Amino acid sequence: MAAYILRRLLQTIALLFLLSVVLFALVNLAPGGPLAGQGQSRHVSAEKVELLKRQFGLDQPLPTQYIIWLAGNDWMKVDVDGDGIKESSGTRYGILRGDFGFSFRTRKPVLEEIGGRLPNTIYLMSITMLAAILLAIPIGIASALRQYSKFDIAVTTFSFAGQAIPEFWLGLILILVFYAWLKNPFTGQPLLPSGGITTLGLQGFNLGDRIEHLILPVLTGALGWVSWYSRFMRSSMLDVIHKDYLRTARAKGASNWVVLYKHGLRNALIPLVTLLALDLPYIFSGAIFVEYLFAWPGMGRLYYQAAEQRDYPVLMTILIIGAATIIFSNLLADILYAYLDPRVRYE
Amino acid sequence: MNPSNELSQPLSPAQTSLGLGVWKRFRKHPGAIFGLIVLTLLLALVVFAPLTAYDPEVSDISARNKPPSIQHLMGTDALGRDLFTRILYGGRISLTVGIMVVVIGLVIGVPVGALAGYYGGWLDALLMRITDTFLSLPAFLVLILLSAILREVELPLFERNSVLTIALVIGLLSWMTFARLIRAAFLTLRELDFIAATRALGGSDFRIIVKHILPNAIGPIIVEATLELGSAIIEESGLSFLGFGIQPPTPSWGNLLSNAQTHFTTQPWLAIFPGLMIFLAIISVNYIGDGLRDAFDPYKVLDQIGE
Repeated sequence: MAAYILRRLLQTIALLFLLSVVLFALVNLAPGGPLAGQGQSRHVSAEKVELLKRQFGLDQPLPTQYIIWLAGNDWMKVDVDGDGIKESSGTRYGILRGDFGFSFRTRKPVLEEIGGRLPNTIYLMSITMLAAILLAIPIGIASALRQYSKFDIAVTTFSFAGQAIPEFWLGLILILVFYAWLKNPFTGQPLLPSGGITTLGLQGFNLGDRIEHLILPVLTGALGWVSWYSRFMRSSMLDVIHKDYLRTARAKGASNWVVLYKHGLRNALIPLVTLLALDLPYIFSGAIFVEYLFAWPGMGRLYYQAAEQRDYPVLMTILIIGAATIIFSNLLADILYAYLDPRVRYE
Repeated sequence: MNPSNELSQPLSPAQTSLGLGVWKRFRKHPGAIFGLIVLTLLLALVVFAPLTAYDPEVSDISARNKPPSIQHLMGTDALGRDLFTRILYGGRISLTVGIMVVVIGLVIGVPVGALAGYYGGWLDALLMRITDTFLSLPAFLVLILLSAILREVELPLFERNSVLTIALVIGLLSWMTFARLIRAAFLTLRELDFIAATRALGGSDFRIIVKHILPNAIGPIIVEATLELGSAIIEESGLSFLGFGIQPPTPSWGNLLSNAQTHFTTQPWLAIFPGLMIFLAIISVNYIGDGLRDAFDPYKVLDQIGE
């Protein structure tokens, strides 16, 4: 197992390396290159752009640029004033040493930008995922135990529909109903707020206000997950119910409850746990539509804003983080699977 | 389930054709039939879009912001354009992008999977690492990045995120499942006796791949292509909703919904109908995919009837 994990880690590093090449190529082969967004909206003179290019090493051939991006250029001399003499050291440290550059948009370090947004995304997404799991598991079990009953048919239909509803449409409809149409009968104000984490200008922490602001985004984000996980839980439970070891447990005289929950559910949850591990990246990269619709200051919204203004350093960093979490959660899912199911062995 | 028993039964004429057998099983799936009817209706509406009384791009100032009525089935927008007509034309764009994405996905995915599965060795390792790399990209974020970059491109055919641009971008990130499926099918099929026989008879690699192995892998490919159509439609509308996809005035379901955002509390029909169309398209395609999956997998049906 240890050898397996080690080999997978090495593969992961190789994969991340390949990915960094792909992402770097993507941005640098773009028309106008990585500084394309600079000259347009902002009042940056042509000379300034030239200076920036030399400072960032963008006048170098692409392979050199890639190395600078990865490992920085503080260890080499750079020709900043463009007179052909390399006089000063570079100022970049490279992403391997945690230098993700500065946001074109706000001029702040990218990591600072992300640091400000990430907690908001984790806050929203962990509540969304938790709500989805807590709803989906009992629904899936109940549905499997009464296969082909009216309840089961209703659940399957609902989960099929739930997976087909576009998140961005659901959010709009929920805002329409709970913000525009339904009013609080006492105050005449909209029943639920349509965006933000808290009411603007509110002092201190107010739990009620926080919850009010969470309801619509969580509903919007969770519906798809509930549908997906309950479908999965149902089929996983159905799989287990017909297994011989459940029949054995019954034959040994175990009560129905023990058979279903101690022997059945524990095994049926194994695939779900690995599925959850695979979906982990969403907790970090967030639901872009939910954050966009509900003006939620998280990673998804940051990515949207960065894409609007082609803020490449921010875009690249979020993509790298996103890809890294996908790769690591794949690894985590494999390890969890082997840990939870002793029959699974990797050589 | 007893295979030898089954083989001893003479085949009825209907069972001799793969297509007929699949259709017989598909028919028994109520969701799939619902999906087929809805999708056919949608396609018919979209194809006959020019028969409506309105032009999708000509505004009528006297008919601005009208709620749904007999004249305007789905109401009108802020420029007095008939929403129903715009939705039909938008559907043309959205469905065209969806179909093109599936075609692009197949064009890339099938050769990659076939070469990897058939030849194995270093070629397999290389192609699968590339596939893995693409699979570990956060797909929708990359779609946003690519379409945000390409929105500025000024090339004929690709200008302002044309249908072609968006289909290429989504297609470029939609071939990996095809490649994996085909590779898996090839890995099993290439070891079978009839392939060895063909090779002994002097069949070239190309002939074996295209004429003997590929047709046997058709089931999973069709199922996956259907599901891919659904996700391509949702990806296009999502991109267009955020403003990175198909650019107005060309309507697509996504950008119609995007346009609705500014006034949707006072003109809710602008938000309700385009989303409803996306929903109907996705759910019908998903149901068809589900029905096809069952239909191509006879053992699943045998399981269900308790054989």
